[in-house]
Amino acid sequence: MQLKLSEEDAAFRQELRTYFTTKIPQEIRDAVAARRELTKEQFVQSQQILNAGGYAVPHWPQEWGGRGWSDLQRHIWHEELQRACVPVPLAFNASMVGPVIAAFGSQEQKEKFLPKTANLDIWWSQGFSEPDAGSDLASLRTTAVRDGDDFIVNGQKTWTTLGQHGDWIFCLVRTDPDAKKQAGISFLLIDMTTPGLEVRPIELIDGGHEVNEVWFTDVRVPAENLVGELNHGWDYAKFLLGNERVGVAPVGATKRVLANAKEWAGDQLSDPLVASRIVELENELLALELTALRVAANSADGKPHPASSVLKLKGTELQQAVSELVVDLAGPASLASGAPDDATDLDFWTRRATPAYLNLRKASIYGGSNEIQRQIISRTILGL
Amino acid sequence: MDFTYDDEQRALREAVRGLVGSTYGDFENRRRTVAEDPGFDDTMWKRLAEMGVLGLPFDEEDGGTGAGPIETSIVAQELGRVLAPEPFLTSVVLAGGLVAMAGSDEQRAEVLGALSAGEMVLAFAHDEPGEAVLATHASDGWVLFGVKEPVLHGARADRLVVSAALPDGGTGLFLVDGSTATRSGYPTHDGGRAARVTFDATPATALGAGDQSAVIDLVLDGTRIMAGNEAIGAMEVALESTTAYLKSRKQFGVTLNTFQSLNFRAADMYVSLELTRSIVAWATMVLAEGTPEEVAEASARASLQVSRAGRHIGQEAIQLHGGIGMTAEYAVGSYTSRLTALDHMFGDGNHHLRSLAGKVGGYDEVDPLA
Repeated sequence: MQLKLSEEDAAFRQELRTYFTTKIPQEIRDAVAARRELTKEQFVQSQQILNAGGYAVPHWPQEWGGRGWSDLQRHIWHEELQRACVPVPLAFNASMVGPVIAAFGSQEQKEKFLPKTANLDIWWSQGFSEPDAGSDLASLRTTAVRDGDDFIVNGQKTWTTLGQHGDWIFCLVRTDPDAKKQAGISFLLIDMTTPGLEVRPIELIDGGHEVNEVWFTDVRVPAENLVGELNHGWDYAKFLLGNERVGVAPVGATKRVLANAKEWAGDQLSDPLVASRIVELENELLALELTALRVAANSADGKPHPASSVLKLKGTELQQAVSELVVDLAGPASLASGAPDDATDLDFWTRRATPAYLNLRKASIYGGSNEIQRQIISRTILGL
Repeated sequence: MDFTYDDEQRALREAVRGLVGSTYGDFENRRRTVAEDPGFDDTMWKRLAEMGVLGLPFDEEDGGTGAGPIETSIVAQELGRVLAPEPFLTSVVLAGGLVAMAGSDEQRAEVLGALSAGEMVLAFAHDEPGEAVLATHASDGWVLFGVKEPVLHGARADRLVVSAALPDGGTGLFLVDGSTATRSGYPTHDGGRAARVTFDATPATALGAGDQSAVIDLVLDGTRIMAGNEAIGAMEVALESTTAYLKSRKQFGVTLNTFQSLNFRAADMYVSLELTRSIVAWATMVLAEGTPEEVAEASARASLQVSRAGRHIGQEAIQLHGGIGMTAEYAVGSYTSRLTALDHMFGDGNHHLRSLAGKVGGYDEVDPLA
């Protein structure tokens, strides 16, 4: 047992902190701190600066830009990004399709996609969920039928986050309609400019445009864009979803908002109810962060730790609870969410509070809903 | 940063688990032991001493084995797992800890040597039902006046460590021969023992000179962290027992784990346990490496989480067992009782919440890696 970081890891942490706070434009970091929505250009600029320093895809294989860091170092990297208000590298690229292509793609696919994926020259969208395939993802119905050198794709994907920025989309498609659920699924890469592919926005309760429907009508996809083997897509999806043991819980970002909330609270901090509510949240966040550290620091085999479900479950609950606190601190000003900067006397954080709160209701739904996480815990860990 | 135990520490855990498990692995033995005074097994106390467990926190020159908080925490967890009633926490960690910090060379050698050898039981008389116990100068030392209650294992203790108000202000610490005080012992709900201890011009020897408040605070903080470790052991078994029961108990012709609503509640218990395990391990490391200020904060933070989780897990363990969980014959309810006792020995969750809330504006964020 050892409390402190090793000298090497402490120096590593400082090195990251310096890079993140000096190289990423202040304007981007301010936008993240204020919980503003970022533009596509801001995401791209930030990731490209990270990539130039070798900080965009450190967990990838080393020949494709990985750094061979320990899980603890990756944990530190992820926390320091959030602490410095630097947007975390686009998950669809860095955490999802990149590792899948690196592990299962052909040499041509790796060369064609990985460098541009790391550098966000290609913006990837995720085509997994469908209207009738949410938590029960394997019931998806979008089809891909072989036709000469191509697949013809028909169907509909939904909840495609930031699909309006997407250049390419990685999709789970049904290639064998007769096989049992999981067995007939393949993993296909599709150029979003292909004729027949249409992105339609979904307006959300926070008023923002974050997710989309993606419709496929006779979309012709070259067969060379199949990743790995035909009908093995479910294995790759499981790899992708179970890939992460680091960065599962949004600890750093939630801590940052909570720290800001203390400033925003002002005089309300002398209210014992407010102070104790903040302490309870801080304490649970500390316990969560230490759990994330325990998982990261104790991993040798690189396998997903079952406690990842604990991190997802508790991490999203706390993320939501902190956003709820901010709405309460804002009080009636939280109603003024539609007020433009030049037509209001209310602070931006008060106007942003409710949209952020409403938006974060998603956190306990996506990435395997929290009910799915409880199922994983009760089955896999507790053997129930 | 490293949360793993080394080989020696793992061996210590195995040895302690083997020893206490040999007796209390059968819950009936535990029931029999706590049913009669002194509420623990003198033979087990001796065997713990022979294993070196009772001297773990103390320096070798004082008769101890010179280990540290990590080793002590392992023992606390293992005693917690079987609800071992021996007063390791209150006698060794708390009262012994006070002697180790405040005592003179002679006092430490005499008291801690006997304590480590299993020849002496100590108790810390600190809580007061009314007015403060007063210390007064006498011709050849000190005498004490007043009442302390509840004093855990106060009736059985050979020697009492007593906190008392000093004539010139501040709080002093004193050693008192147990037999010289008037003691009324009784059982506590968790199978333990406590007493009312009355001092009436009772002779006492000063433990350290002058105000010992800082020593008391520091030792209490360390004891809270060890109580948290004991609670971790108890919570582990409460959850293990609950999941085993859900898998075996049949109602409506099927085992209870057929019902998702029950499984989800067990999953939430696991989440509580894992979060608590992390923060308690961290606090234990702070105790091993940190300053008194850092220990005070870590102790409060860990104790708050232990309090919340202990209630959650203890209450749900009984509920998910149903009626059987209410019986004294079945172990799980006793785990809830012990968790409740640990929660209230040295300040409950809200006590720590209050102290932390008073400081919340003074810092930006909590950084365990700082």
